[in-house]
Amino acid sequence: MDALRHVEGRAIPFGRKNADTDLIIPARWLKTISREGLGEGAFEALRADDPDNIFDQPEYAGAPILIAGDNFGCGSSREHAAWALLDMGIRAVIAPSFSDIFAGNAFKNGILTVALPQETIDRLLEVAATDPISIDLQAQSVTTPFQDRFTFEIDAFRKDCLLQGLDEVGLTLARDAAITDYETRVASDRAWMTRGTGIAASAE
Amino acid sequence: MKPRTLYEKIWDDHVVERREDGTCLIFIDRHLVHEVTSPQAFEALRIAGRKVRRPDLTLAVPDHNLPTTARLDDAGQHVPIADPQSAQQLAALEQNVAEFGIRYFNATAAEQGIVHVVGPEQGFSLPGSTIVCGDSHTASHGGIGALAFGIGTSEVEHVLATQTLLLTPSKSMEVRVKGALGPGVTPKDLVMHIIGVIGTAGGTGHVIEYRGKVFEEMSVEGRLTVSNMSIEAGARAGLIAPDETTFAYLKGRPLAPQGAEWDAAVAYWKTLHTDEGAQFAKSVVIDAADIAPSVTWGTSPEDVAPITGSVPSPESFADASKQQAAAKSLEYMGLTPGTPLQDIAVENIFIGSCTNSRIEDLRAAADVLRGRQIADNIRWAIVVPGSGLVKLQAEAEGLDKIFTDAGMEWREPGCSACLGMNPDKVPAGERCASTSNRNFVGRQGPGARTHLVSPAMAAAAAVTGRLTDVRELQKSSSQALA
Repeated sequence: MDALRHVEGRAIPFGRKNADTDLIIPARWLKTISREGLGEGAFEALRADDPDNIFDQPEYAGAPILIAGDNFGCGSSREHAAWALLDMGIRAVIAPSFSDIFAGNAFKNGILTVALPQETIDRLLEVAATDPISIDLQAQSVTTPFQDRFTFEIDAFRKDCLLQGLDEVGLTLARDAAITDYETRVASDRAWMTRGTGIAASAE
Repeated sequence: MKPRTLYEKIWDDHVVERREDGTCLIFIDRHLVHEVTSPQAFEALRIAGRKVRRPDLTLAVPDHNLPTTARLDDAGQHVPIADPQSAQQLAALEQNVAEFGIRYFNATAAEQGIVHVVGPEQGFSLPGSTIVCGDSHTASHGGIGALAFGIGTSEVEHVLATQTLLLTPSKSMEVRVKGALGPGVTPKDLVMHIIGVIGTAGGTGHVIEYRGKVFEEMSVEGRLTVSNMSIEAGARAGLIAPDETTFAYLKGRPLAPQGAEWDAAVAYWKTLHTDEGAQFAKSVVIDAADIAPSVTWGTSPEDVAPITGSVPSPESFADASKQQAAAKSLEYMGLTPGTPLQDIAVENIFIGSCTNSRIEDLRAAADVLRGRQIADNIRWAIVVPGSGLVKLQAEAEGLDKIFTDAGMEWREPGCSACLGMNPDKVPAGERCASTSNRNFVGRQGPGARTHLVSPAMAAAAAVTGRLTDVRELQKSSSQALA
């Protein structure tokens, strides 16, 4: 995962509420065995429906920020939604709220999710129509060229991982001894829980 | 000890390590894997030279891509998958399970089916376990009292490599249902009604525990249906406390505990309930008497109405953004406000999906279809059992014959038209009465119009060719019998 400190540039003023992951990337794009190239399918139905859609406006090509409405990324757990956004060039999404699974998927791919109140979103949508927006992760702030400054909350662990571009699997593998301790404890307290698909073998 | 909710008890028993900020490393007891959300995870392991830590706690089965037409030809040979990308995903899964030593049910095994049907059916999913899968409907397994939730592919990789996930605790939310369901009202109608009340973001950040006599009296199949759609209310997981009904369902299943271990498991499971005096962060009370057979009219699962109602007008919603969303939904759905829901004609019927493809669902649909024919305007009507074992059971009961005699197609198990990754799609502009879980724009195919219903309601729509109050048909069949 690439480290992320600042995200600065044009922001796509999407604004839609309850944008589900089927809308972000339809099922037909899920047949890939790679993480690459999904930007082409991003918001496909919406783009096909409306030639004047916001995503195909030349001024937003390669924009690193997306501004959305409440409950962004709800529905299916498909990480393809995060991969599609990343492939479009998005490194941060700003919305009033996110679905739990999408927020996790975005984080794992180095996409910052910024939750801000609806009235702030309304202001940012207004700015994004003409001007760039800047996000400083270290300072936990969003600023505009018009002296707006909004601060946001982020989990300390996630912030640290994003700032440093840490490999979470690698971090957890380093906790191997603690995991083994847990497994040993359960093997004595709840042995039946540890059988999994090996139940047939253990019964023999 | 402080009184705890069921969620808190299961969480506490899975903490490997707790960090200062409250984030916990949580042990995962069961990992279900399918072909769509796993290839990139296995590939990442391979690139990093990492192993699967606990292949014995991992179970793989293909479901999303598989065509539901015959999988063996007359000579008993495997029928290849025509779509090259689907075939490639299936081949990747088969190579990965072989390379990493994971138990696998292949496309023609009787045990194959939708992951969320297979887990409980095999006794792999157990009360009090933590269960994950790269699929948001993992919430289903909460119906047997497991803490079960969907994860993304990076998390699939994390679980494969470490058998853990780093998680922030959710809050406990209670949905308490008073009273009993009326005749013709099923667990599907109940959960759709609940989503209509709390909204698609009503459970965000929470795990919903469903409480009340109605759940205590509900079958395990019904509980799985309710918990399945917790994600449609924004909750990552649902929970129903395990009880004698759960134990009776699991006993003797192939991967369930046996002998003395069974007794030890039951003793532990009996401790899995919310303590008297435990606090829920959020509580919603629903009166079962208010619930009629439900149907969706829009493109969000919260767009629910009783079948006795009409298509709402966007102006009837208080909030301006909901008014806008409703207007867009109605345009996509091709519906006019004020139209009685029972006047809406449908051309397609889909009975299946991880929400409603278990034996009880098929029995409910067959009860309505017995001795009846599907209407002339029904162009496509398929029944897709949730697993090979459900299919065999249904055939033993003669249900397949009822469906085919009525003019429906009896298919092979898989996710099918719930999301149309395989060839089962609803054509643009046509309507489908569907027992699945999502009525999103384009979900069942580009331009497809989905009306979510229960299996009995889907069968009723098949008979009349329009959305129909199944209670009318149930009345006339009991009169016919009398």
